[in-house]
Amino acid sequence: MLGKLDLSAFIHGPIETVAQLSVVFGVVVVVGLLSYYKAWGWLWREYLTSLDAKKIGIMYIALSFVMLARGAVDAFMMRTQQAIEVGANSGFLSPDHYAQVFTAHGVIMIFFVAMPFMFGLINLIVPLQIGAKDVAYPFLNSMSFWLTVVGAVLINLSLVVGEFAATGWLAYPPLSELQFSPGVGVDYYIWALQIAGVGTLISGINFLVTITTMRLKDMSWMKMPIFVWTVFGAMILVIFAFPILTGTLGLLSLDRIAGFHFFTTDLGGSAMMYVNLIWAWGHPEVYILILPAFGIFSEIVPTFSQKRLFGYTSMVVATLAIVFLSFIVWVHHFFTMGAGADVNAFFGIMTMAIAIPTGVKVFNWLFTMFRGRILFKTPMLWFMGFLTTFVLGGATGVLLAVPGADFQLHNSLFLVAHFHNMIIGGVLFGFFAGFVYWFPKIFGFMLNERLGVYAFWCWIVGFVLAFIPLYILGLMGMTRRLYEVSPQFHPLLVVAGVGAAVIALGMFFQVLQLVVSIWQRKENPAGDNPWNGTHLEWQTSSPPPFDPERSNDGVMVGILAGLFGFAMIWQIWWLAVIGLVGVLAVLIARSFQHHEHS
Amino acid sequence: MNTHNNNTTFGFWVYLMSDCVLFAALFATYAVLQTQTFGGPGASELFDLNFVLTETLILLTSSFTVGLATIFSLEHKKRATLVALATTFILGLSFVGMEVFEFTHLIAEGSGPSANAFLSSFFVLVGTHGAHVTAGLIWMFVVMLHVMRGSVGNKLYTLSLFWHFLDIVWIFIFTFVYLFGALAL
Amino acid sequence: MDFLKGILHPQGLVAHSELTLMIQATALMLVVLVPVYILIFFFAWYYRAGNTKAKYVPNWQHAKLDELVWWAIPFEIILVLGALTWTSTHQLDPKQPLAISGEPMIVEVVALPWKWLFIYPKEHIATVNYVAFPKDRPIQFQITADAPMNSFWIPELGGQIYAMTGMVTHLTLASDKEGSYQGMSANYSGEGFADMKFKAQSMSEDEFDLWVTEMHAQSHYLEKGAYQTLAKPGTSTVMYYSEISPTLFDDIVRKFNHAR
Repeated sequence: MLGKLDLSAFIHGPIETVAQLSVVFGVVVVVGLLSYYKAWGWLWREYLTSLDAKKIGIMYIALSFVMLARGAVDAFMMRTQQAIEVGANSGFLSPDHYAQVFTAHGVIMIFFVAMPFMFGLINLIVPLQIGAKDVAYPFLNSMSFWLTVVGAVLINLSLVVGEFAATGWLAYPPLSELQFSPGVGVDYYIWALQIAGVGTLISGINFLVTITTMRLKDMSWMKMPIFVWTVFGAMILVIFAFPILTGTLGLLSLDRIAGFHFFTTDLGGSAMMYVNLIWAWGHPEVYILILPAFGIFSEIVPTFSQKRLFGYTSMVVATLAIVFLSFIVWVHHFFTMGAGADVNAFFGIMTMAIAIPTGVKVFNWLFTMFRGRILFKTPMLWFMGFLTTFVLGGATGVLLAVPGADFQLHNSLFLVAHFHNMIIGGVLFGFFAGFVYWFPKIFGFMLNERLGVYAFWCWIVGFVLAFIPLYILGLMGMTRRLYEVSPQFHPLLVVAGVGAAVIALGMFFQVLQLVVSIWQRKENPAGDNPWNGTHLEWQTSSPPPFDPERSNDGVMVGILAGLFGFAMIWQIWWLAVIGLVGVLAVLIARSFQHHEHS
Repeated sequence: MNTHNNNTTFGFWVYLMSDCVLFAALFATYAVLQTQTFGGPGASELFDLNFVLTETLILLTSSFTVGLATIFSLEHKKRATLVALATTFILGLSFVGMEVFEFTHLIAEGSGPSANAFLSSFFVLVGTHGAHVTAGLIWMFVVMLHVMRGSVGNKLYTLSLFWHFLDIVWIFIFTFVYLFGALAL
Repeated sequence: MDFLKGILHPQGLVAHSELTLMIQATALMLVVLVPVYILIFFFAWYYRAGNTKAKYVPNWQHAKLDELVWWAIPFEIILVLGALTWTSTHQLDPKQPLAISGEPMIVEVVALPWKWLFIYPKEHIATVNYVAFPKDRPIQFQITADAPMNSFWIPELGGQIYAMTGMVTHLTLASDKEGSYQGMSANYSGEGFADMKFKAQSMSEDEFDLWVTEMHAQSHYLEKGAYQTLAKPGTSTVMYYSEISPTLFDDIVRKFNHAR
């Protein structure tokens, strides 16, 4: 009746129980507060069921902040474990729990922090910047959001019922096969990503169509703001990359549920096939995240240099070059798999070639600052933080792209430092910059500048302290994903732990900044154009008019898809059928309603 | 309203493009794993080309009839549209039926999808196409209801796009899986 | 000096070449990085809004020549780096024989959950979590697995390669100094992964011969049953086997891959 689900799924060790209880406690507090302030109706009408892209954007960002807190707790647990684990002290995490933590950290940060943050900013700004009333398919937009929420809910649910994958964030087989991971952890992984991934794919189509067909009449392609261009590039990548993820996870789940042999060790399965497929998605995914961040900086640098963007055409060409190149570099994630020298050298050189358009972008930003009048407001500070860290990350990336060097650096903490360098210094700083830059537009009041500056300095100092030691540790020969380490690595791990604490302080200032700014919102009205921005979004009021259109069906699809996912994880087949048929029924019923939106 | 329709059509084309990528990934998997029979029978021993040729003809005919339905619908011939759609539906159903027959037959012979990597990839590639056709049939049923109510809009047009797309995918499957398999290429 | 351990402390030809390659690539990149960093900080400081003496040209947004220059700079660097990559990748191809004299010695490696089994086919001995070899001779590691995917890595001797079931990957290393080096798995493979370490001991030719003789004097036979016990998930201490089933390695590979 309930498949693999029984009471033992709720019983955990002491540390896991803390996590379990905090999820339950968090849900109870939120539900309690909403009930106490009788806010359910307001929330339901104004946000949860809204079809307005800006409202959906706000919800995406809220989701991403909640998940950022979760992902950060995972990071702090890892840093603490490695910093206190020395001599007789074996730390506070068991090897299996440690593995679940680093797996969840990676999955959450990429899929449920970076992606929703990105789609949040896209939803808020792209329609405004191209002068469109909304996106092409407002209902599908709402549905995409709810599918993303389902993925996030399933991952957090794994803390309460059952366990999460202990395989690393890409769940390489054969470790992720039933033979080596018999629990439901990998199934949580598969279905959380599968459902969220479908949402992402639909969003990709939605924004590609929106940008292509809904621009103002006199906005030709070469008049589009660079942010819109980079989003366009990212959406092309979504459309070509995400079906591969869907397919690959589908094959893995067939192996696990139905005993197929795609990636198993026996009967001809090939784990190398999985590694190729997952990176054919995974590499474009990285550029899906970074391109919009590049776009955000291309908005911010001219605004705060009080000058026009230098080299618009170069920027567009560079963006498209990155889109193209990102599909022919995936093998650089596994030079050490034993492919021939020709193959490795080709993919290495293609990887380096990405440095060319990226380098051009850096020069264009620099020469936008040249002969400008630079105002160092928080968005511009985030840009400076980005530029100084990203150039370093780019250089270490080129180093890793040389196969001969990668043989030594692969899977070491040098690699871990490199991609955090790109994703924190590049993606996250970019999204933070966009958030502070556009916040006044969407909410009509300014964010507290001083607390923003504090947050920025904590992040940048914390980043350097937390990740420069990892570069050195990698060169010393320390591999990733170790719950216990050799004593010679210990001093630098303590430094990295301190860095993580400083980042935590930065996050504290960000929360404080939000609270204080909301508290003092009356005193700090934004006006329509607080930064003297030049693009269309600054021509409308702050906040811009919201569309009252709403539909309950997005939430319905989300709930039913969530039931379906949960049922697939625990193999409760009748519930899976109900979930799937339910989703179909909602969509078919919609086609019979008369409405303007599809 | 007009731009909205164009949007839907364009968006649907983009969706079909992404579906192409999904099939490309499955084709690639099949290409890599097709030699991994692990001692079991290979494609040339398993597949009956005449049977598959019949399936192919049925699907090609259904593509023709769905095209007729689109034309009738543009001419506002409600009854003719419905007849053409119903014909397509029956043809599509027969195709799926034949595929299910083929699958059960293979499984009964001991050549099910869990037998080896080659069969896993075969069942998934062909089965994913079959699942698409099945989804198309459900959708076709809904479109028929819309035709009866006179609220069809461009729903029939996107459905026919989908149906033609599945036809093209099937031609690839027929060529690369069955034909090359039978010829042991 | 702990900082000098690992990759920065090469003890063999491969690790030396790989470190040199890293240094060359880094030096090439510094050609761009240094000026870029100088520009970043100089522009940020000089063109700050408070400096009203600095030139201000708000509408300057395009200059063909300048843009050409900064497409060209990274392009040139990547061209040089690309050439370096092409030659070095072929040179450092783990399947290639090493450019040192001496008859290559073969060691078969099996990644087990979570321990390393080393088989010496010529010497008919086997070890667990310990591998000994003479210095100044190319050591050809032939690597497979009876476990989830691992990666075979001895940082001080040179770069890693994956260990996978049903496959044999190749890595040729050599050491030019006697000594004991840390080897490990670099790819996460489950609960016991952190303990999947081994000691790589480089010794003189004579010492090695002596060691082999000593090994033969013991009587631990690694036959099928003993192997199956060893292959069960769990960590392990160092172990020695004075005799092995001659087809053991091939059997392990063939277990997952009939075609071989």
